Amino acid sequence: MNPGSRGPGRRRGPPVGDTNVKNFRKAWSTLLNYMGPFRKWFILALVLAFVSTIISLVGPNLLSDMTDLIEDGIIHRELDMDAIAHIGYLLASLYIIGAVMMVVEKYVLATVTQRTASKLRTDISHKINRMPLRYFDRTTTGDMLSRVTNDVDTIGQSLNQSMNTLVTVVATLVGSVFMMFYTNHIMAISAILTSIVGFVLMALIMSRSQRYFNIQQADLGRMNGLVEEIYTGYLTVRTYSGEKRAKVDFDEINESLRSSGFMSQFLGGLAMPLMGFVGNLGYVVVCVVGAVLYLEGAIGFGVIVAFMMYVRFFTQSLSQISQAVIVMQSVAAASERVFELLDEEEMEDENGKTQRLDDVKGAVEFRDVHFGYLPDKEVIHGFNAKVEPGQKVAIVGPTGAGKTTIVNLLMRFYETNSGDILIDGISTKELTRENVHDLFCMVLQDTWLFEGTLRENLVYSKEGVSDEELDTVCEAVGLRKFVESLPDRYDTVFTDNAAISIGQRQQITIARAMIEDAPLLILDEATSSVDTRTEKDIQMAMDRLTEGRTSFVIAHRLSTIRNADMILVMKEGNIIEQGTHEQLLSEGGFYSDLYNSQFMKGMEDEDLTDRSL
Amino acid sequence: MILKYINRKEWFIALLCVFAITANVYLELEIPDYMTQITTIISTGGEVSEVMKEGAEMLLCALGSLIATIICAVMASYVATSLSKRLRELEFDKVQSFSMEEMDRFSISSLVTRSTNDITQIQMTIAMGLQVMIKAPIMAVWAITKIYSKNLEWTVATAIAVIILMIMIGCVMVFVIPKFRRIQWLTDNVNRVTRENITGIRVIRAYNAEQYQDDRFEAANKDLTDTNLSAQRAMSFMMPGMSAVLNGLSLSIYWIGAFLIAGAASMTDQFVLFADMVVFSSYAMQVIMSFIMLVVIFMIIPRASVAAKRIEEVIDTEPSIVSGTMDGETQIKGKVAFRDVSFRYPGSSEDIVSGLNFEVNKGETLALIGSTGSGKSTVVNMIPRLYDATGGTVEVDGIDVREYDLDTLRSKIGYVSQKAFMFAGTIESNVRYGKDSESATREDVERAISIAQAKDFVEATDKGYDFNVAQGGTNLSGGQKQRLSIARAICKSPEIYIFDDTFSALDYKTDSVLRAELKRHTQGATSIIVAQRVGTIMDADCILVLDEGRIVGRGRHDELIRTCPTYLDIVRSQMSDEEAGL
Repeated sequence: MNPGSRGPGRRRGPPVGDTNVKNFRKAWSTLLNYMGPFRKWFILALVLAFVSTIISLVGPNLLSDMTDLIEDGIIHRELDMDAIAHIGYLLASLYIIGAVMMVVEKYVLATVTQRTASKLRTDISHKINRMPLRYFDRTTTGDMLSRVTNDVDTIGQSLNQSMNTLVTVVATLVGSVFMMFYTNHIMAISAILTSIVGFVLMALIMSRSQRYFNIQQADLGRMNGLVEEIYTGYLTVRTYSGEKRAKVDFDEINESLRSSGFMSQFLGGLAMPLMGFVGNLGYVVVCVVGAVLYLEGAIGFGVIVAFMMYVRFFTQSLSQISQAVIVMQSVAAASERVFELLDEEEMEDENGKTQRLDDVKGAVEFRDVHFGYLPDKEVIHGFNAKVEPGQKVAIVGPTGAGKTTIVNLLMRFYETNSGDILIDGISTKELTRENVHDLFCMVLQDTWLFEGTLRENLVYSKEGVSDEELDTVCEAVGLRKFVESLPDRYDTVFTDNAAISIGQRQQITIARAMIEDAPLLILDEATSSVDTRTEKDIQMAMDRLTEGRTSFVIAHRLSTIRNADMILVMKEGNIIEQGTHEQLLSEGGFYSDLYNSQFMKGMEDEDLTDRSL
Repeated sequence: MILKYINRKEWFIALLCVFAITANVYLELEIPDYMTQITTIISTGGEVSEVMKEGAEMLLCALGSLIATIICAVMASYVATSLSKRLRELEFDKVQSFSMEEMDRFSISSLVTRSTNDITQIQMTIAMGLQVMIKAPIMAVWAITKIYSKNLEWTVATAIAVIILMIMIGCVMVFVIPKFRRIQWLTDNVNRVTRENITGIRVIRAYNAEQYQDDRFEAANKDLTDTNLSAQRAMSFMMPGMSAVLNGLSLSIYWIGAFLIAGAASMTDQFVLFADMVVFSSYAMQVIMSFIMLVVIFMIIPRASVAAKRIEEVIDTEPSIVSGTMDGETQIKGKVAFRDVSFRYPGSSEDIVSGLNFEVNKGETLALIGSTGSGKSTVVNMIPRLYDATGGTVEVDGIDVREYDLDTLRSKIGYVSQKAFMFAGTIESNVRYGKDSESATREDVERAISIAQAKDFVEATDKGYDFNVAQGGTNLSGGQKQRLSIARAICKSPEIYIFDDTFSALDYKTDSVLRAELKRHTQGATSIIVAQRVGTIMDADCILVLDEGRIVGRGRHDELIRTCPTYLDIVRSQMSDEEAGL
């Protein structure tokens, strides 16, 4: 398992977003700024939310008026049905207006949120194209993926909800307090005091529940870790009889998870009933105080009815505050991570470059090239070499010697610290990266295919490639039979789990390079585990590809190395020797050691693979 | 059903839970009754002390209902967490008894989800189920019977409100929920394209295909955004609709109430109706709330039952490999023999390997070579019974492997797999891993590490043998992990070593030194080596050449290059004639 694929795994479990946020206010203001043109819609939605909340607060008041009218009617033996109907119609229309406003508000918020999330995704995708490779080499795929999907999703799901809840809660709190005092201040004070006392008690219990919830999360994390480890390593566990030991660890975590799960499940389940009790408490206090006041003739019965509702609104919104804060925090944390990515340093802008190379002969020269992946750790110290058009350069060295560094520099994936690489006498620094890339075909060891048709994978970004050309190329790389065997030939869709062998994948990437047909070639010759016949086909295809091109080959085959016009020997990141096979052998340096040791021990050189950067 | 794993005690507790909930519902429904009393007292000009008394009783009811809920929450959480603990253990034990076949069938990531997330899902559903699932129907039925007798008009109004709500929720379930499922799929799609963009970054740049990838991403993004928009927009009608129905219902009850009261004959009747009206509106809310709860439950159950089914699938699987009983000493040591062995995957009509006959004795080295898919790994996997032969017998030390107690059999074997695996811990704990190395001393560990050519890098780390290895060994390179996994086998000092394509991860120099050292230090141990590289196996006592599951050549290197064309093909593709000794 690499750390990348473990990243999203960590996020499994109950859907609580990561709420760690460094700067809450900054994160939110960045996000709101980012919304740009959507902002006015966003604000409109919040205004609507506010107004509709206020309307829903006026409701109880009118209902209480209605109750008073009925009660008066009973006492005076004369119900004023017109006045009652008047209130009824007014209330009904208010409810409808409120509902319509709420619908509009939610509709707008949903739209704004989704458009914002979509824009974030697009911007990240563009950003990926503008960042230097340095970033990708030091970040895990999982981390980046999690920002594009999990974090953007959090924003997409919670942005509308969080703002909406906050506005509603504040409006309800302020509104219901205002209405309570407006209706009757003695009852208002008693209702509010009771609710607050209730909530303080509740908060005390709930703060404990948060602690157990955190313990449960930690236990769940440990459990996931153990299960993943033991299942992934099952071959080792079985063959070394590690089951009993694993069971001991498992039992310990399982019991700990049971007890923390019990506490957090139990305390978590208490929130609702506790809230209900606080509501009931308020209810009783309102009734008792109301009754006293009523009997004293200070209030009408309708006031009690209205208060029963106000108390409910008040307690409900109090209990939603913490919820809203948590959601807002997780949005802030997510947007912080997203904007961190969007603010990453980009590659130098090259719009000002006018120099362009199109028709090249293919002479390449390294002139006093200095380079290091880290600023204070130079690995290539003043490298010089001249490659004539059509020559073949083999790059050799043991595992981890940094053979891909040459590729990184040639393609300008990384910039040299100083010195130049010249193609036909022109420094690649004077060309746009796009131009440099146009000059090279590249086949990497890591055979990259994407989900799409075979045609899309072969032709890729090149335009106007005919079926005849495809046929010729596939014939040349030995893919013809494979193509014929596919149900829709070139239009067969490759999905993730499609059965394409490693060998075929390599052949497809070689074919892609042939179609690209650029004058220079970079080839990583790694022969992974493929069977003998396919390997012959692939070698043949690779040989065809190098014909007539200036080639840089990360070489693993003796024949390639022997036939190369120049061999670059790499060790610990540096180029330590250069020359032809014969020259290097006669020098008796590292290369000759390497070559002789493998010859004498009867080793072949297949595994000079280079997986490190 | 998964419920069969609930034991008697837990069933009993669940039953108590039902009682607690019934009490809770009873008390909750009493509360509006007290409201009636209080209303009557107030409107008929009673004493404040009477109101206080009723109020105190009502509060007692509320407190009682809270206590009932707490009791219920304790019991529900107990049942849910005990059950999930048991399920987790059952599942873990079962998976530990799985062989390669079952692991491959389920896939490891699926098994991890089944043992963790799925069980959490069950736990949450049961805990909530025992509280809400039981409460909602009791509440709905009880509240309905309370108000049913009071007044027909109000009951009709409530029924209409319930029907409208049900239709609304029905629409959401039919039209919106499928969209949410599609959103999950589309999110995976965006995920996939992004993953492609990141993993293929070099290729994309080299082919100047940024725009091409952008277009692909935008297509996926647009699909996702559009579906999200339509789902979210549809949902924006839900909440306002629900509150409109609730508000509308209470207004209707009061409005209808006004007419009823106006129509009533005596003042007493009018006051009774008035009190009923206040109470009815709160019961009506209870009825509606319980219907909403019921719907929520209906949405959760299908998800939980999927999880339950996935868990049961694992628990109900019979492992294909069952331990034998033979756990004593054997007279012969270090001998492996295959007698007419064949293997095929269950359900397959073709043998992966067949007609295997060979023997290797104490101290000898046997090598297997052949192209991918020739069945080399399958052959060695049958020795520690990672797979069982489907025909013939595999013998270790003269005894059929199926007769051995699995631990006894595996303690004879030092198996090193193709992909090295590291546990979270230290270098020492990784090398000392397993039952047979428990008694190994620090010297044994150091010796094993030194033979495996790992001493230099281990001692170069900041903590040496106590260096912290991250889970999966992510802080070690492939070659380092492979050497440590070889050290792990050496530390066990087994009779038989099996190296399943172990050496390909090492560079040629380490490979050759390591094998020479191993040979020097473990004289008397048998080695079986699967290899891709001819160089690794050239000096073996006997080489078996496999092609499409059959042995097509056997002998030493110099014999095979003369007699076996398949072998010669392999050799020629890897080395020059002079290197091969031709």
